[in-house]
Amino acid sequence: MAIPISYNVRNLRLRLGATVMTALGIALTVAIAIFIMALLSGLQQAFMTTGNPLNVMAMRKGSDSELSSIISREQFGVIKALPGLAKNSQGDPLASGEMMVAIVLPRSDGTGETNVSVRGMSPVGFELRPEIKLLEGRWFAAGQREVVVSRSISKRFANAGMGNTLQFGKGSWTVVGIFDGAGTAHDSEIWADVNQMVTDFDRPVFSSVVMQASDAVAADALSNRLSDDQRLKLDGMSENSYFAKQTKSGAAIKFVGTLVAIIMAIGSCFAAMNTMYAAVAYRGREIATLRVLGFSRPSILTSFVLEALLISLVGGLVAVILMLPFNGLTTGTSNQVTFSEVIFQMRMTPAVIAIAMMFAAIMGVLGGVAPAWHAARQNILAALRG
Amino acid sequence: MTLTQFVAKNTFRNRRRSILTIISIGVSLLLLTLMMTIWRAFYIDSGPPESALRLITRHRVSLTFALPMAYREKIRAIPGVVNVAPENWFGGRWKDDKPENFFPQFGTDPEEITKVYTEWKIPPDQFQAWIHDRTGALVGRTLVNKHGWKLGDRVILQGTIFPTNLELTIRAIYDTDDPNAASVMYFNQKYVYESVKYMKDQVGVFAIRVDSPEAVSRVARAVDDTFRNSPQPTKTETEKAFGLSFIAMLGNVKAFILGISLAVVFAILLVSANTMAMSIRERVREVAVLKTLGFTRGGILALFVGEAMSLALVGGILGALLATFLVRAIAESGQFFGPGLRVTFPTMLVALVVAAFVGFASAFLPSYRASSLNIAEGLRHLG
Repeated sequence: MAIPISYNVRNLRLRLGATVMTALGIALTVAIAIFIMALLSGLQQAFMTTGNPLNVMAMRKGSDSELSSIISREQFGVIKALPGLAKNSQGDPLASGEMMVAIVLPRSDGTGETNVSVRGMSPVGFELRPEIKLLEGRWFAAGQREVVVSRSISKRFANAGMGNTLQFGKGSWTVVGIFDGAGTAHDSEIWADVNQMVTDFDRPVFSSVVMQASDAVAADALSNRLSDDQRLKLDGMSENSYFAKQTKSGAAIKFVGTLVAIIMAIGSCFAAMNTMYAAVAYRGREIATLRVLGFSRPSILTSFVLEALLISLVGGLVAVILMLPFNGLTTGTSNQVTFSEVIFQMRMTPAVIAIAMMFAAIMGVLGGVAPAWHAARQNILAALRG
Repeated sequence: MTLTQFVAKNTFRNRRRSILTIISIGVSLLLLTLMMTIWRAFYIDSGPPESALRLITRHRVSLTFALPMAYREKIRAIPGVVNVAPENWFGGRWKDDKPENFFPQFGTDPEEITKVYTEWKIPPDQFQAWIHDRTGALVGRTLVNKHGWKLGDRVILQGTIFPTNLELTIRAIYDTDDPNAASVMYFNQKYVYESVKYMKDQVGVFAIRVDSPEAVSRVARAVDDTFRNSPQPTKTETEKAFGLSFIAMLGNVKAFILGISLAVVFAILLVSANTMAMSIRERVREVAVLKTLGFTRGGILALFVGEAMSLALVGGILGALLATFLVRAIAESGQFFGPGLRVTFPTMLVALVVAAFVGFASAFLPSYRASSLNIAEGLRHLG
């Protein structure tokens, strides 16, 4: 027969000081783990959800980033004429020649400057991305020195709000609109007219061509055709897969975060072990009495492991509650592919919380096993004698 | 039995508990030392003394824009400038895309680059072999060790930014005092210029050596002023500042490090307090006996605090030593491209001070309560 859990709960309440301190220690470790996971989850969200499944991107063969790719106007002309492209209401093919540039802007919180992506596009580009909606103002007009920024950028960088002027290239650009990046990679971009950018940066070429296919089958066919064409020397890929590859930017965070979390977990495990050993020593006579009453060794073992588990689960819960305010916090880090800042929101998904609680549980069980074993195996008579 | 012996015996009266506490504190202090070491490497360490005389000039708008080679002689003409070498990031792929196979590669002018990075130690015969081989490469010792290369080995870099592949032969190996700084490959940029026509006379950054520390800010300003209104304006900063700008791109690194450090210190505090509370609680009768013998409240307080501090200090020493080994392993592995990552004596000292403080703070409250116990009640206590 198993020892009722109320026994464990009551004992924890009895030695409240030790219980609270151990639980808090575990809570701290779990909180750090949640922080790292939320960061990575947010990065994942930004990249995995970017891109329309019908959109296809063309870049120069061998380039893994728009920044290092070059497509000439002639190539763009050939691409626009390819079969399978969707057409807009005016009958023009939905293909946008785009230019990616990284400029340096100061952050509004004074922590320094960093690179920001500017995407030059033609007005067709808006039609390629219907999921990006305008929040304030209007889209930029072709041929004008106007830009639209994502809401995240308008808040995160100095002088990037509505009506402000940004300085890059050969002069100033006015912010005429703010769009909602919808948690995609476009949250980290400033959009401007590609022809204006061409003159400003003396680069009469595009970085990439983004186009929309008429249906999913045509999208695949288009990607393959672009990659296989010998004259064009391009790589075609779905927009989704291009952005999905950028999740490797989180590699550094993952490495450091995992290292820190594991080290702290080891520390917490030993702390839990300490507390449980003390509990076992303190309750030596109690345990012996339980044995005399007929509770088996396995039930004693289980009971103490459960007690450790209880402490760690409480700690995990405290951590989750502590970290809730961080959910949705906007932050940024460097994107290894675009060489600029990628802005994203920290996301505490149900998966993150589940993993965090499991992490806490594992720490509890690992910390409780050795003392529980010791409790189960102690000699009854010696323990009764004190 | 002296007082110190008494404290020592009591510290280990419950060996298992003491060892668990020491390990717990040691592991946490390992983390703290790691955080402090990273902070020091990024924000405090000023690099080798030769680094203080170096500036990096890049395009003002973005590192992704090139500067014209013609700037080189204009920079050389500025008073205070001793050497100017171009550096072109190639960013090629070696073997595959795995992070452990990544390393920085720069096209440069072989003869002048060694005059800018004067701390490199290259055997003269190897150096001559390098400058006379258009397809030769100069590789840092750490990088060579990491991939098991030797002189004469062929290394093929696939161009990911530039549409050409480089077939290089290792002709020279450079050594530096700090193993972190010896993980780069350099080759003759003319090799790239011949293969990629549109890159001819385009330079990524210029590395400049000046003649004295006082000249640094003056030269930086002079360089930027010279090109302020040209189509490619420049930004010149010290080598240290240039490196920091990459770190700043990672995000609010300072806040992250501080946050983790605080969490760790708080966690140690909890662990230590827990242990001391348990230890003191089971000795209430002993405390009463000590008071009967004549120990004052202050004396008893000192005994307990001494115990806690000893435990914490032992844990601290363990943690700091482990951190030293860990950091050395990271430095030798060549994963971390940046000088200055090592655990210095001041860092270890700070870790020990933190440990001692934690020991002190954690023991204070339980000790105070124990020391102010009424003797008669204490003797009666069943513990």
